[in-house]
Amino acid sequence: MNAPTTCAAEGNSTEIVRDPGQRAVFCGLTGIVWLHRKIEDAFFLVVGSRTCAHLIQSAAGVMIFAEPRFATAILGERDLAGMADANEELDRVVARLLERRPEIRTLFLVGSCPSEVIKLDLAKAAQRLSRDHVGRTRVLSYSGSGIETTFTQGEDACLASIVHELPVAEVGAEPELLVVGALADVVEDQFARLFEQLGIPVQFLPSRRVVLDTPVGPNTKVLLAQPFLTDTLAALEKRGARHIAAPFPLGAEGTEGWLRAPAQAFGVDPARLEDTIALPRARARRALERYRPALGGRRIAFFPDSQLEPALARFLSRELGMRVGEIGTPYCNRRIMGPELELLGESTVHEGCDVERQLDRVRASRPDLTVCGLGLANPLEAEGLATKWSIELVFSPIQGFEQAGDLAELFARPLGRRERLAV
Amino acid sequence: MELTLWTYEGPPHIGAMRIATAMRDTHLVLHAPQGDTYADLLFTMIERRDARPPVTYTTFQARDLGSDTAELFKNAARQAVERHRPALLLVGASCTAELLQDDPGGLAKTLGLNVPVLPLELPAYQKKEDWGAAETLYRLVRGLHRPVAPEDRAPKTCNILGPCALGFRHRDDVAEVRAILAQLGIAVNVVAPEGASPADIARIGEASFNVVLYPEIADTAADWLERTHKQPRTRTVPIGVGATRDFIAEVAALAGVDPAPALALESQCRMPWYSRSIDSTYLTGKRVFIFGDATHAVAAARVARDEFGFEVVGLGTYSRTHARAVRAAAKEYGLEALVTDDYLEVEEAIRAAQPEMVLGTQMERHVAKRLGMACAVISAPAHVQDYPARRSPQMGFEGANVLWDSWVHPLTMGLEEHLLAMFREDSEFHDAAGPSHLGKATVAAPANDEPKTEPDGAPCWDADAEAELKKIPFFVRGKARRNTEAFAAERGAASITLDTLYEAKAHYGR
Repeated sequence: MNAPTTCAAEGNSTEIVRDPGQRAVFCGLTGIVWLHRKIEDAFFLVVGSRTCAHLIQSAAGVMIFAEPRFATAILGERDLAGMADANEELDRVVARLLERRPEIRTLFLVGSCPSEVIKLDLAKAAQRLSRDHVGRTRVLSYSGSGIETTFTQGEDACLASIVHELPVAEVGAEPELLVVGALADVVEDQFARLFEQLGIPVQFLPSRRVVLDTPVGPNTKVLLAQPFLTDTLAALEKRGARHIAAPFPLGAEGTEGWLRAPAQAFGVDPARLEDTIALPRARARRALERYRPALGGRRIAFFPDSQLEPALARFLSRELGMRVGEIGTPYCNRRIMGPELELLGESTVHEGCDVERQLDRVRASRPDLTVCGLGLANPLEAEGLATKWSIELVFSPIQGFEQAGDLAELFARPLGRRERLAV
Repeated sequence: MELTLWTYEGPPHIGAMRIATAMRDTHLVLHAPQGDTYADLLFTMIERRDARPPVTYTTFQARDLGSDTAELFKNAARQAVERHRPALLLVGASCTAELLQDDPGGLAKTLGLNVPVLPLELPAYQKKEDWGAAETLYRLVRGLHRPVAPEDRAPKTCNILGPCALGFRHRDDVAEVRAILAQLGIAVNVVAPEGASPADIARIGEASFNVVLYPEIADTAADWLERTHKQPRTRTVPIGVGATRDFIAEVAALAGVDPAPALALESQCRMPWYSRSIDSTYLTGKRVFIFGDATHAVAAARVARDEFGFEVVGLGTYSRTHARAVRAAAKEYGLEALVTDDYLEVEEAIRAAQPEMVLGTQMERHVAKRLGMACAVISAPAHVQDYPARRSPQMGFEGANVLWDSWVHPLTMGLEEHLLAMFREDSEFHDAAGPSHLGKATVAAPANDEPKTEPDGAPCWDADAEAELKKIPFFVRGKARRNTEAFAAERGAASITLDTLYEAKAHYGR
């Protein structure tokens, strides 16, 4: 295996080390678990193996029984024997599915490792099926495979597939803000109110209904609400949209920076911005104060998981006084992450992972808190290391002023629990 | 292609992981794409293991496809041996790697590792988790086994085969069975795979017979040992009082000892008395639907009928490999076995049978919750709450006590049921209050109680009859409605009157 390679990120003092090796991460299929809650009229059909079905079942936990809008078309031996057969089989499965669930407006065919290795052309299948079910259901496709995507990159691939389908904005259309990245409904509503107070016309992608009618064009200004949207941003830029660089809306400072960037881009009067954010920002700071004693000075390390890690590290170090050790992230887009890395200052970001070697480093440095996946958390606890399981950070509402305190609490809780327990 | 939402079993490499995780000094290298490490959390979260499963994945990505994946595999195998220093290396592929041209077994052999390598074939597109576990155990036994002539085997010794990682109550079942064997003066040579090292597996031939606890996991290996090495095996799975007695007799015969000391353990079993005590009379003829792996389903049916006095109204399994045993058992209860891994089919069968209780897996628990029925979990797949901290075997006499408590608990207790009938319209016991253990969410659950438009030709309910139906306790009302409608339809009645209701009641009994 290759040795780690190092390069300094452009224009700031954060060092980025690339670690090749065994990775302990989810694949992009996992994104379905939260995306299907967000996009209410969509269904996600994975074309894959029993492993894929088993993964989603394990990740979705009890949710699997609340009439979920996802399923797996499990490839059998017959499907592997010949391509044409597999396409016919897929058509049959989709027809049966749409018969049973006529309310589905958008169907995502989600590629997996097996479907990609046998080169089943899901893009072509989506086109064919869109024609077959025209007027009722749009069929899109994207890859959530482990060989292509890591965890939250599944959302990126999904949103990019939506962008390709969005209508073209009229020439000379008024500038409009497009906030991209699935947010909890409560967070989306808070942000919508703030943008309204700022007088910025805003759309969200994905919206609760995947009405594929948000026009995109040179008038579109893109603000990413999540850091893992490389391909979606590229697809939007290809359509002429412009990216507004900003830190991510985690914590009081992050949220302020995230609102300030579009306010500037839309020429909002600074006094109006100050009026809008003064109260919620003060509330957020007050909420954070409560957790400073518990978290200040404590050392934290991150295993790679969601690409949220650099932004979380920035929030925890700058707003709560934590000392940040190693920051693992599955992928670090220098441009998107630029504002975060600048705020983060002198740190080391490890891109990719060699899980055994990172475990060695964590065991040697023994941080006060280790952010990691569920496969590592209990084993590390058993070794006496406090952990915070990372997947919760993707499922919980953590963005915005009103959630800043909740976000801090997620990290304070495992430490508080260890102090509390007398057994 | 098969449209699937829930799957009762994972792919076969999960079965291989269950064996490797159960063992000591053994490491599994899986040729698998990035993402397949999700399976680790089944062991660290559901079973709450305190160490990572001994599994190294190659975690190849798209950019590695081509010639590099073989190299990745070799590196992963080499590094796994260096770091973990196992006594045995298992190698295999997950579903995606099965599609690549790399041959993990062949590649591992060329590496000249200073540790024995056992390649596994795990056909992911034909087989499932239990098969993968059985096959892995069989390969291990076959590959490491040191033959011992029957006359040279230690008398009154056995192996315990089957308990493994993520097994439903395996931990406590082993303790129970060990206690029985100890009482009989039978020594345990090796327990495998749970807790066994490769060296232990090699010693399996030294025992005079095998105790097979979980046929789904251990049949293949035990049958091979019986066939090829004349090492006999047990056939009875000691779940329930009767089966435990039979098991003791079988084991005692195989070891040539007197069964009496172990049978005496029954004096500590409260279950037979509890079942005979008058508070349990109300359990008589309770209609129960049973679904799970073949072993637990068959065992539960016997316990339900012979030891609880229930009526078994449905019996099925998702284990196709062991379906024969379930079909045979079902025939004995006058039923057609339901063999399927489609949970929608199971839900349909439950709905049609209208049982008062469901014994099943995690999934049947959800179905029963939705249908407002009582339910207890008897088989994997199960969630974290069914890997409990307290001792809770299913096997042996203590296991029978556990079955008693866990099956009876979800049912409305006898006295409570009596009160419900007496104070039917009382504000605390009215229909919509629902059974207390099901919580408020199920208030509207028994949807089939509501008056509904009848399909063409089906008899309509008179208002009087409908009102009378509502006076029947909700947990048997579904059955009453069904029986009455069937009765009316059979007689070509256009409408259901009060008389029809009571005629049907007289016809069918309770």
